[in-house]
Amino acid sequence: MRDADVLVIGAGLHGCSAALQLARRGFRVTVLERRHVGRHASGINAGGVRTLGRDPAEVPLSVIGMAHWHGLAALVGDDGGFKACGQLKVAENAAEMAKLEARVASVRRMGYEHEKLIDAGELRRLVPALAPHCVGAIHVPDDGAADPYRTTHAFAARARAEGVEIVEGEGVTGLDRRGGAWEAVAGERRYRAGTVVNAAGAWAGRIAALVGESFPLKTRASMMMVTERVPMIVSPVVGAVGRPLSFKQSPEGTAIIGGGQQGRADLDLEQGWVDVVNLSRSAKTATDLFPAMRGVGLVRAWCGIEAETPDRLPVIERSMAVPDLVHVFGFSGHGFQLGPVCGEAVADLVTRGATELPIAPFGSARLRPAAAA
Amino acid sequence: MSESFDLVVIGGGPAGLAAATEARALGLSVALVDEQAEPGGQIYRNVERAEAEGRAAPLGDDYRRGLGLVRAFRASGATHFAQHQAWQVERDGRVFVTDGAKSRLLEGRRVLVAVGAMERPVPIPGWTLPGVMGVGAAQILHKSIGVLPDAGVWLAGSGPLLLHFAVEVVEAGGRIAGILDTTRSFAPATVLAHPVAALRGRSYLAKGIGYLARLRMAGVVRHSGVEAVEAHGEARVSKVRWRTGTQWHEAPATGLLLHEGVIPHVHMTQALGCEHAWDEAQQCFRPRTDAFGATSVEAIFVAGDCGGIGGAIVAEGRGRVAALGIAASLGRIAPADRDAKAKPIRDGLAPHEAIRPLLDALYRPAPELLAPADDVVACRCEGVTAGRLREAVSLGCLGPNQAKSFTRCGMGPCQGRLCGPTVTGTIAKALGQSPAQVGSFRIRPPLKPLTLGELATLADLERGG
Repeated sequence: MRDADVLVIGAGLHGCSAALQLARRGFRVTVLERRHVGRHASGINAGGVRTLGRDPAEVPLSVIGMAHWHGLAALVGDDGGFKACGQLKVAENAAEMAKLEARVASVRRMGYEHEKLIDAGELRRLVPALAPHCVGAIHVPDDGAADPYRTTHAFAARARAEGVEIVEGEGVTGLDRRGGAWEAVAGERRYRAGTVVNAAGAWAGRIAALVGESFPLKTRASMMMVTERVPMIVSPVVGAVGRPLSFKQSPEGTAIIGGGQQGRADLDLEQGWVDVVNLSRSAKTATDLFPAMRGVGLVRAWCGIEAETPDRLPVIERSMAVPDLVHVFGFSGHGFQLGPVCGEAVADLVTRGATELPIAPFGSARLRPAAAA
Repeated sequence: MSESFDLVVIGGGPAGLAAATEARALGLSVALVDEQAEPGGQIYRNVERAEAEGRAAPLGDDYRRGLGLVRAFRASGATHFAQHQAWQVERDGRVFVTDGAKSRLLEGRRVLVAVGAMERPVPIPGWTLPGVMGVGAAQILHKSIGVLPDAGVWLAGSGPLLLHFAVEVVEAGGRIAGILDTTRSFAPATVLAHPVAALRGRSYLAKGIGYLARLRMAGVVRHSGVEAVEAHGEARVSKVRWRTGTQWHEAPATGLLLHEGVIPHVHMTQALGCEHAWDEAQQCFRPRTDAFGATSVEAIFVAGDCGGIGGAIVAEGRGRVAALGIAASLGRIAPADRDAKAKPIRDGLAPHEAIRPLLDALYRPAPELLAPADDVVACRCEGVTAGRLREAVSLGCLGPNQAKSFTRCGMGPCQGRLCGPTVTGTIAKALGQSPAQVGSFRIRPPLKPLTLGELATLADLERGG
């Protein structure tokens, strides 16, 4: 039996970030990770760091979270490869441009100025390689991209340096309540802790089920692909209004193309399978927007798997069913940017039961209309 | 928009051709996808054209055996997708192919993976210098366009192909600088340790001895007992160094052709998630199969060297046996019928399979080929040395897939196809584990080079259909 104040399940970005913040508040923290740090979505996502285009419910937290990225080196001792290269969301026709105008207006009404509308001329200046049919975009110059594996590892390394024990190859198969504390079963071993944090990503629903909680979750398997190295043709990360796309070029010159086209996930095999028909749609979008990419070789395609809620907003709350359990999961394909700030929110929930950070929209009551009625 | 077949065969070598022909004879609809313009695979590459141009005979009777196989395939009624690459195969039998411009989908109720062998990587100091290449690649140049090495080129390594190619060169009127033979345990003791194998496979042994005699007669220099080889040069290789015992030797070189045997080409079956096992005798991974080549994935069968090295004749027989297994799995022949038809084929293969343990023992690769010295490049695409891999292990890297994130090894254009065995071997040794324990790179699509434009044509097809 090993004792800790807090047991975090899952060494993805959210688990490591929460563990680090808890350690800084003087808690003894153990992280149990079934495989290795950043094995799934945290380590192999497209690396976009984006406030642009977020659901209105996420905008306040996401905007606060941007400060963590700009100060990542101070926070964890490494910048995670973060570059504030900007993000764009491109309109391919007048109807899409009208949508962008309405979007920017509504974000302004909320009191946020970070999304800026740009016209075709400004767009061309920012991204000369873009196809000429594009008519304008939303631009967030402070957004950017980072290296997801490096970022997740930077959080893990910093957490370890500040006393967190991260146990890899240790999958939790049971959670029991004994004498006012939790006992987690992992193979032959048991871990005892006052509070448990469920940051198990795609498997968070299964962890919740261990204590009898159920959430209406699906599994996302967002696909990405990377090309061979080519001369730099694009600096910002480019998305589109009308079809899924995230297109960026790494410092090595490879183009990384994502945007949410779905593969297939298998939670039991802990594996995602690329769906090449869906992948071809990404290739079509990417080559429509960047015609120069048509002859460029695809090197690899893969997918990262994680949990998706019905409204695609995360669950960040103290469990409504059992004591001393905090949930942080269900980011539905856009949780990477929120990782650093969510660590603070989770630490607040563990230590004080509440937080000043704007996470009110992320209670799970919204997902259970029947129970709420 | 797709085409459906009972069986899609991937690979036009002896296993694929024999399987396609046999499956057609059993009444199955068959598509055969192959990268080359003409059937034959690596071993019988361009055999029809070579025969027509009178170049086949000098390449030997073993090579001409392919003619019959190719002609039977041509007459079988199988649909031949020549010059097509299978860039994605799904567990349900769907095969995505491209002709270099457009992608298309072939739906197979069963898929036979018959993609053959690849040369074992030979990561010696200087192996990435221009002018250093595989013997297999040199042989392709010869068989396809008649190019021969020049007189300053050295051959180094071990295994039947090395001597075979040397003979091929001299008999085609070419010359080489010489052979550096790294075969570790020469014949007598090893042969005595495998007496039954030696007896039953004596034609193979006779062939090997025949090669040596022909090379001696042609005056080809052969240094045996070579324990280490290095390539040196600035812009390209200009010198080879080699060690026998404690003694280093060197000679000028205009080229260096390396060969340390072949290993199964397992990327496709690994990408499919078929179960694989580490083959200790052949020092490589291979898919687990039943006696008919069925893998752990119902729709996927394998035959030929990609299921375990056995050579061309064994591949041909295993292709026929796999076709029987596939027909039975589809309910087209009864199991008893399958077994009765398989028996004479298997009996015919027995002497050819019997020699394998002896060959495996004779040509077992030196340990430093699986786990080279620190300053030797393991992954040439990303320029990652074996030392950098060991450093990653000391930082907590537990296997090849994590090594990608630590070092970028295996992430370049070849996607670990070439460096995979070296990376697994180096990490396994550093961790004191077996290669089976550390595993291999997860193989991601596409299996073959594909442009974004070629991939995008799938989306176009879908909209059109």
